[in-house]
Amino acid sequence: MNIVVLVKQVPDTWSERKLTDADHTLDRESADAVLDEINERAVEEALQLQEAHGGEVTVIAMGPDRATDAIRKALSMGADKAIHVSDEALHGSDVLATAKVLAKAIGTVENVDLVIAGNEATDGRAGAVPAILAELLGLPQVTQLRKVTVEGTTIKGERETDEGVAFLEASLPAVVSVTEKINEPRYPSFKGIMAAKKKPVSTVTVADLGIDASEVGLSGAYTQVLEAAPKPPRSAGQRVEDGGDGGSKIAEFLVGQKLI
Amino acid sequence: MQDPLQLLDIPSLLSDEERDIQATVAAFLTDNVRPRVGRWFEEGTLPRELAQELGKLGVLGMHLEGYGCAGTSALAYGLACLELEAVDSGIRSFVSVQGSLSMYSIWKYGSEEQKQEWLPRLAAGEAIGCFGLTEPDFGSNPSGMRTRAVRDGSDWVLDGTKMWITNGGLADVATVWARTEEGIRGFLVPRGTPGFSTRNIEHKLSMRASVTSELVLEAVRLPESAQLPLATSLRAPLSCLNEARFGIVFGAVGAARDSLQAALDYSGTRIQFDKPIAAFQLTQRKLASMAVQVNNAMLLALHLAKLKEAGTLKPEQISAGKYNNVEAAIAIARESRTILGANGISLEYSPLRHANNLESVLTYEGTSDIHLLSIGHALTGIASFR
Ligand SMILES: Cc1cc2nc3c(=O)[nH]c(=O)nc-3n(C[C@H](O)[C@H](O)[C@H](O)COP(=O)(O)OP(=O)(O)OC[C@H]3O[C@@H](n4cnc5c(N)ncnc54)[C@H](O)[C@@H]3O)c2cc1C
Ligand SMILES: Cc1cc2nc3c(=O)[nH]c(=O)nc-3n(C[C@H](O)[C@H](O)[C@H](O)COP(=O)(O)OP(=O)(O)OC[C@H]3O[C@@H](n4cnc5c(N)ncnc54)[C@H](O)[C@@H]3O)c2cc1C
Repeated sequence: MNIVVLVKQVPDTWSERKLTDADHTLDRESADAVLDEINERAVEEALQLQEAHGGEVTVIAMGPDRATDAIRKALSMGADKAIHVSDEALHGSDVLATAKVLAKAIGTVENVDLVIAGNEATDGRAGAVPAILAELLGLPQVTQLRKVTVEGTTIKGERETDEGVAFLEASLPAVVSVTEKINEPRYPSFKGIMAAKKKPVSTVTVADLGIDASEVGLSGAYTQVLEAAPKPPRSAGQRVEDGGDGGSKIAEFLVGQKLI
Repeated sequence: MQDPLQLLDIPSLLSDEERDIQATVAAFLTDNVRPRVGRWFEEGTLPRELAQELGKLGVLGMHLEGYGCAGTSALAYGLACLELEAVDSGIRSFVSVQGSLSMYSIWKYGSEEQKQEWLPRLAAGEAIGCFGLTEPDFGSNPSGMRTRAVRDGSDWVLDGTKMWITNGGLADVATVWARTEEGIRGFLVPRGTPGFSTRNIEHKLSMRASVTSELVLEAVRLPESAQLPLATSLRAPLSCLNEARFGIVFGAVGAARDSLQAALDYSGTRIQFDKPIAAFQLTQRKLASMAVQVNNAMLLALHLAKLKEAGTLKPEQISAGKYNNVEAAIAIARESRTILGANGISLEYSPLRHANNLESVLTYEGTSDIHLLSIGHALTGIASFR
């Protein structure tokens, strides 16, 4: 079973994350960049499926030069090879362009049975790329999964929602996205780390993928960030003295906030 | 600055691979060991399961080739020791003894059968090893050791006592050094061999998250195959100690970095006289001086790693590293403790725990005095300790 995992390099959630003043895109210099944790889980799931069903695991990342660090992490965990889409023209791409580029990159991998993505990137948080991608590829989408199993040419998944658990099924090939409940990602082994630098990584541009540069990047985006301001600091909470009517005061507050 | 080693941009001296290995060890320890180590220190224990967890991570014998070992560079091993000792010297000691003393003695001096029998299990942490050289009456001067091995037909019979042996009470196999008619020899003594017993040393004020034991050998009968065939003099155990000392040179930097980090964090938030104490010049002097010392110690360690990888590292150079870095680390741990005020004496903060542990590190694997004598010997050509 050949699996493609989509991995994104994101600013470390521990560091201060900012947008640039110039064009309101991510200020990549101000923060440490790491392989998004949700994508570590996506890689882990791919490796577990590979251990059970064989085949090859390819990781694809679209991002600037230093996304090679995120790619190397995925390779040291055990993925077999990588494609890195890197191009100045991609700066400021929106979800549609991102999905378009990723779809083309997936197209360069032979006999793909399964595409695994994170449900939502910790920086952009659109949670939309996997679904758009499935549409573009014409594949069934089985998203937001906490559990994945493959039986023959069928993929089964469990999606946890506020209302309950949905049991989903689709035929392969398919696009899957996983949530943080899916697994605990492994630590890369030292042998894996040492092997990673010998694994093939092909770096491609948008032109290599047959995409016109004007369709991607800031200028090709359908939406635009006009202004960005830091969240105001949290104001002090409201204090309620309990004079025997504390319960109803809390209820009043919740009704006022339209929470009940 | 989050990491004091950023002062001289130390990470820029490392390759991607070395940084990745260091980061993996650090992440594993942050998730699995750091939250538990204070309790182990307080209780004076080290759980056996830790061996398997560390084995799974791959740090046990990581710098050895084959037999389930990863075969990393010496520098990568040093960086792992740094991160281990940044958590606790006891954890680093466990790994040093397992990888550089027990496993290395078998890897370097053992027969193929001995390697096959022990190394894969020791690498996985399924078995634990220890290394018995020191005796109650012979510490700095192991050449006087009294433990004897006498031939009886094709067997060996061992008698004697080893003292202060790290991992002794946990070990499934002990590398025991003994005097024979032909000179000093090494033996692999499995747990459960009749006449072989261990007793853990209690009431330690240092290295509490580590098991330290006495090994007692009373007419312990071993087959010929238990002897390490390639170890033919005291040079053999001393070469193992040089392996472990290399790890200590880096480990000490870890304990120092962690102490300084605690002091830096604390001084930024502790307010006295209406200012964070980090704003006082005397405090900044302490912080700045310690940061320079830690970076210097790291540069020294990196230099020794280069010499080791080139195969030219000399004993007196390891002595210089062990002496300098452990002395620097204990001074930094104590100075960091002062910045924490009363909180600094609580188990909640690491500097005093590091300082106490470093008293052992200062003593084992050759005391500072002995390393200075080894440097003095190299400088003057005169051996003052014989
Ligand atoms: C600072 C900032 C500024 C932005 N400005 C704009 C703007 O001006 N206009 C606009 O329309 N949009 C903007 N965006 C949205 C940005 O284009 C999206 O981050 C991007 O398209 C991907 O969406 P997402 O990260 O939310 O992905 P999600 O849909 O949340 O990602 C889900 C999963 O898809 C995969 N994936 C997503 N991206 C990649 C990738 N690059 N490589 C490999 N796999 C990937 C991963 O598996 C990921 O876990 C901005 C985002 C940020 C962070
Ligand atoms: C926690 C811990 C773990 C240990 N683990 C192990 C282990 O796993 N295996 C093992 O074999 N041993 C182990 N040891 C023992 C350690 O190696 C010895 O303690 C060390 O070699 C010093 O020996 P000693 O304690 O007998 O001190 P001594 O040799 O008696 O030294 C006492 C003092 O005299 C000084 N001194 C001695 N000779 C001279 C001289 N010629 N000139 C000037 N000063 C001198 C020393 O520097 C020291 O200050 C461990 C010790 C500790 C504390």
